[in-house]
Amino acid sequence: MESPVQPQPNPLTIPSYTDLPFYRKQVRIALRNCGIINPERIEEYIERGGYLALAKAVTEMTPDEVIGVMKDSKLRGRGGAGFVTGIKWEFARRSPAKPKYVICNADEGDPGAFMDRSILEGDPHSVIEGMAIAAYAIGSEEGYIYCRAEYPLAIAHLKIAIQQAREFGFLGKNIFGTNFSFDLYIKEGAGAFVCGEETALMASIEGRRGEPRPRPPFPAVSGLWNKPSNVNNVKSYAMTPQIILNGAEWFASIGTESSPGTAIFALTGKINHTGLIEVPMGTTLREIIYDIGGGIPGGKQFKAVQTGGPLGGCLPAEALDTPVDFDSLVQAGATMGSGGMIVVDEDTCMVEFAKYFLTFASAESCGKCVPCRIGGRRLLEVLTRIGNGEGKPEDLDEIEYISRNMKEASLCALGQLTPGPVMASLRFFRSEYEAHIYDKKCPAKVCRGLITYKVIEENCTGCMVCKRNCPAGAISGEKRQVHYIDPNICERCGICIEVCKFDAIMIE
Amino acid sequence: MSETLEEQTFDLIPLLAILEEYKNQKGAIIPILQRTQEIYGYLPKPVLKEISKRLRIPISRIQGVATFYAQFHLKRRGRHLIRVCDGTACHVKGAMKTVDVIHEQLQTPPNGSSPDYKYSLEIVYCLGSCGLAPVVVVDDKVYGQTEPDKLVRQLKRLE
Amino acid sequence: MTKISSVEELRAFQQQQQLLRKQTLQENVMIYIGAGTCGLAAGAAETLEQIELELRKRNITAQITTVGCIGMCVREPLVDIQLPHQPRITYGNVKPEMVARIIDEHIIGGKPVLEWVVGVVPQDW
Repeated sequence: MESPVQPQPNPLTIPSYTDLPFYRKQVRIALRNCGIINPERIEEYIERGGYLALAKAVTEMTPDEVIGVMKDSKLRGRGGAGFVTGIKWEFARRSPAKPKYVICNADEGDPGAFMDRSILEGDPHSVIEGMAIAAYAIGSEEGYIYCRAEYPLAIAHLKIAIQQAREFGFLGKNIFGTNFSFDLYIKEGAGAFVCGEETALMASIEGRRGEPRPRPPFPAVSGLWNKPSNVNNVKSYAMTPQIILNGAEWFASIGTESSPGTAIFALTGKINHTGLIEVPMGTTLREIIYDIGGGIPGGKQFKAVQTGGPLGGCLPAEALDTPVDFDSLVQAGATMGSGGMIVVDEDTCMVEFAKYFLTFASAESCGKCVPCRIGGRRLLEVLTRIGNGEGKPEDLDEIEYISRNMKEASLCALGQLTPGPVMASLRFFRSEYEAHIYDKKCPAKVCRGLITYKVIEENCTGCMVCKRNCPAGAISGEKRQVHYIDPNICERCGICIEVCKFDAIMIE
Repeated sequence: MSETLEEQTFDLIPLLAILEEYKNQKGAIIPILQRTQEIYGYLPKPVLKEISKRLRIPISRIQGVATFYAQFHLKRRGRHLIRVCDGTACHVKGAMKTVDVIHEQLQTPPNGSSPDYKYSLEIVYCLGSCGLAPVVVVDDKVYGQTEPDKLVRQLKRLE
Repeated sequence: MTKISSVEELRAFQQQQQLLRKQTLQENVMIYIGAGTCGLAAGAAETLEQIELELRKRNITAQITTVGCIGMCVREPLVDIQLPHQPRITYGNVKPEMVARIIDEHIIGGKPVLEWVVGVVPQDW
């Protein structure tokens, strides 16, 4: 197998990054400075063209022209919903009330996602510049970056960057000698996934419980402190300066017709080359997973790829040729999401995998609306039951019934999308659910209620290591005698398999 | 235990400094609670009452905020905070095994503390270092590609 | 630093920085280390400490820059070495014990340690 970040042996020349399979298909727009410059020095950002876009916007363009370029570029919000950024800005601009706020959603809470963190850590000025351009466009003088507290380095770099931008006059009064003034503050989250939802995020900035509220009114009309507000994701802001500098046509020429530009993914899970990548929209899942990610380690079989995090969905091997863009992924049964891409192999049980996301999402339900609060809990009960081998034939209908209700009746995207992973895995891996319910078997040998650990007698040397390490005390046996695992005591934690040096324990 | 803690007195001087610092900021409860927790290690009830009194915000609202966000703790915690990431990547790479081993060998249950308050153990969702799964954060130090037994040995060496 | 209050001033400052950078690259040994959260978790701080120590031992001066994440999480810690008039060469999984050899062979000897090299950062990046 060709390894993406391992250069081909050639003693004379060292390959350029652009020749490495990992980078060959990448196009770096939002990530252009990440890993290249010192993020703590504004001079290095400026040296690479930093703040020229802001200068161009405020000195050569009217706010409407800025919005026009953004609309023509057809940049769609990189937070996941994919709404056209320029149109969002236009709504906020047309809102009569004052003051207006520009907000950056950096509450990257999806497990398996670190795109926003990497940008904030590696190139914070690009986000600040993007926000300042947005502020100029909508007529705002005050902005907030809502960053999750679990990202201390990102917050530290942002603080330095904001301070430097103020010293250089890119934030503050009369930017580039114009009438435009804008300043920026950081708000640290306090650990609530739902705060990634824009109305909850704004409630949190106001110092309240981060509970969403119904829309409309949309933030563009009534947002932070009931004033017009524009909320975009880190990646959307980071792309903005490049769009202003290089023009709408340039951006629209990358990617696909309906989803221009690039997509940024945090590639993780059972994949050889985990990493942070930026590819043109329209690149297929196969190209990302095999060409860039180097395929599945240990010669295992690809089973599924989850996009959109805990509110997204998984896709099976048959869908590997799906191009990655907002519409194609939804059509295929998943979502674009913010950019987490998790690959799993044959050793992953899709019931357990769905249950994992559901556990996360239902625990993060804020509890305000009933479909999400109760629905998530009920759904989790059904999945837990199936995983424990107590599933009933009617459970699959039950899943569909609850999911439909949550999707239609929940207040915000968290509740509406919580059933997503279950629905997708049920759609593509129904037979696995049926094996759990009818045959009382977990095909991937993961679900604790459906597996038994057994000693392979021929291999057991009676070394007693498993017996000593078993936290449940389920293993018996004398020295140099074949050991025995009592299935009634065994917790199925798998520690015995890990410590056994003789491959003498198997799962049935 | 909780009774005695309730009666315990707390030095409120650092709290007053925090309240002074944020007095002109709108909607500053969350940063105030964050800073307060930095000082006391958690949010003791008498301290919350003091915040309520000084800011003229009903204790119910402060309690509401403090219980809403996962970052805030209303119970005393151990000297060393062990956070085991159970994000997707870590989960598939065996994060819960690490939790089992820490529980067993350090008498520290998940979301609880050891009897001597040396360790507290938390299971957290993604810490954003999935490339290094399974990840464990001890105080502020990140351990990547952890092995349960090796980790426990390192934890035992802490003061 | 005085405030930049016009596009012209910004362009002038940019050109000045570009010149300065060109000069720095011509005169110095440059070392870049990925020190984002993932880099640090993979041990970038220990590697950096070792680099500083080994440089001191050999009386070499170099400009060390911490940078963010370039994306190859699996190869962290990543260290780039750039000698005057040479390309910026990236090493992957640089553990403290590898540092001495990289300094001896690459910085002093001028020959990159090919087996640990990941690639060359393209000039137009």
